Amino acid sequence: MTQVTMTVNGKSVSGKVEGRTLLAEFLREGLRLTGTHVGCDTSQCGACVVHVNGKAIKSCTALVADLDGADVRTIEGMANPDGSLSSLQQAFQDHHGLQCGFCTPGMVMSAAALLKENPKPTEHEVRGYLEGNICRCTGYHNIVKAIMAASGQDVSQIAAE
Amino acid sequence: MYNFEFAKPATITDAVKALAAEDAQALGGGQTLLPTMKQRLASPATLVSLNAIPEMIGVCVNDKGEVCIGGATTHATVAQEARAHYPGLAALASQIGDPAVRNRGTIGGSLANNDPSACYPAAALGSGALIKTNSRDIAADAYFQGMFATALAPGEIITEVRFPVPQKSNYQKFVQPASRFALVGVFVAKYADGVRVAVTGASTDGVFRWAEAEAALSADFAKGAIDALSPPKGDMIADLHGSADYRAHLVKVMTGRAVAAAG
Ligand SMILES: Cc1cc2nc3c(=O)[nH]c(=O)nc-3n(C[C@H](O)[C@H](O)[C@H](O)COP(=O)(O)OP(=O)(O)OC[C@H]3O[C@@H](n4cnc5c(N)ncnc54)[C@H](O)[C@@H]3O)c2cc1C
Ligand code: FES
Ligand code: FES
Repeated sequence: MTQVTMTVNGKSVSGKVEGRTLLAEFLREGLRLTGTHVGCDTSQCGACVVHVNGKAIKSCTALVADLDGADVRTIEGMANPDGSLSSLQQAFQDHHGLQCGFCTPGMVMSAAALLKENPKPTEHEVRGYLEGNICRCTGYHNIVKAIMAASGQDVSQIAAE
Repeated sequence: MYNFEFAKPATITDAVKALAAEDAQALGGGQTLLPTMKQRLASPATLVSLNAIPEMIGVCVNDKGEVCIGGATTHATVAQEARAHYPGLAALASQIGDPAVRNRGTIGGSLANNDPSACYPAAALGSGALIKTNSRDIAADAYFQGMFATALAPGEIITEVRFPVPQKSNYQKFVQPASRFALVGVFVAKYADGVRVAVTGASTDGVFRWAEAEAALSADFAKGAIDALSPPKGDMIADLHGSADYRAHLVKVMTGRAVAAAG
């Protein structure tokens, strides 16, 4: 067992974990933060994306033991302090960027990482950045639209395909 | 995944010591190894993380003008920090997988794994890079030994990779959209003393140099210089994504595109 201490959504957490404990497992089963979804468990789908030290990673493919001291942010840490949706989350709602919602936590975390690196991405850049996030419902169009809108760009001319 | 002991040394010396234990294995970004362990195709007794060894992380330029990349440097860091020094290499790193994979996966892990469809082997072979380990220096031409096979001995760690910087270079990747690996990828680099052309994704022997194209392009670095060549021979990969002939054809097409893009 390895002793780890991390910051998760601003709160310090610590505990003993087995070497094989995945970050996704630790978040969902250890901390009951079940917003992080596990779709494939094989690093293909991106439903499990969280931020570690500010960078998007797939939490199904990272060991907690390797992340001692890390600063982790999950979808539960994305709302505004008063509990209202962040502008990015609100844009997903406004533009119908989700249907079943399974992929949404990963989409939002990837999108937030993109907007931090590139505050006004083109549609092409948004699609490129979401390469590792798979959605079975929306056809991506409204997800891309929501992210463009959240970046303050006018999306009124982007017609549904 | 079976359980294992976990070690996270802070120096190369301590990592080598930890890897001397029975059934110990190095952990880079885990983007290949962890899925393999989940499938129980690997079951190390100890995993030795290389992610906290400062001397193995980062990009710099040495006094010979070579770009030196620490073995545990992520693809995302290479994409960003090598851009000013070796744009062709940085561009290749920026096309690996997706952003989350690039934030974890490392150059050492990619070269140690030597997946026949991986991108970095093409850059290392195409640049005539030097692969430095904890115990020796290995020239790229001697390092790659076939699909998933390398010159590394058990427990040997890639600590650094040194790339001579070409005058011009470009990587063209024909993406296999489901895996995001290269269906075929070609790295072309023009040095003062000749052109190197390294091909990934195509051969059952893993990454290889296309000698005929190198000769033609060394004489005349223009897209048309390879027009008369027939596609490379050899054992091409044939699977549901493409036949052997299709892959051989793609090698020529992607080589032409790389030359055109290199300018
Ligand atoms: C969805 C997805 C898409 C991908 N797409 C691409 C792609 O387009 N192109 C591409 O090239 N790759 C791709 N990859 C692979 C990715 O680049 C991996 O990161 C890489 O192949 C392995 O690097 P790693 O650091 O994660 O190594 P690990 O998974 O940690 O290790 C892989 C192997 O290398 C050994 N090892 C690790 N570091 C060292 C070292 N420094 N010295 C010696 N041995 C070491 C390990 O023991 C293990 O055997 C993709 C992966 C995923 C999950
Ligand atoms: S659950 Fe992690 S990528 Fe699918
Ligand atoms: S909304 Fe259902 S998977 Fe994306």
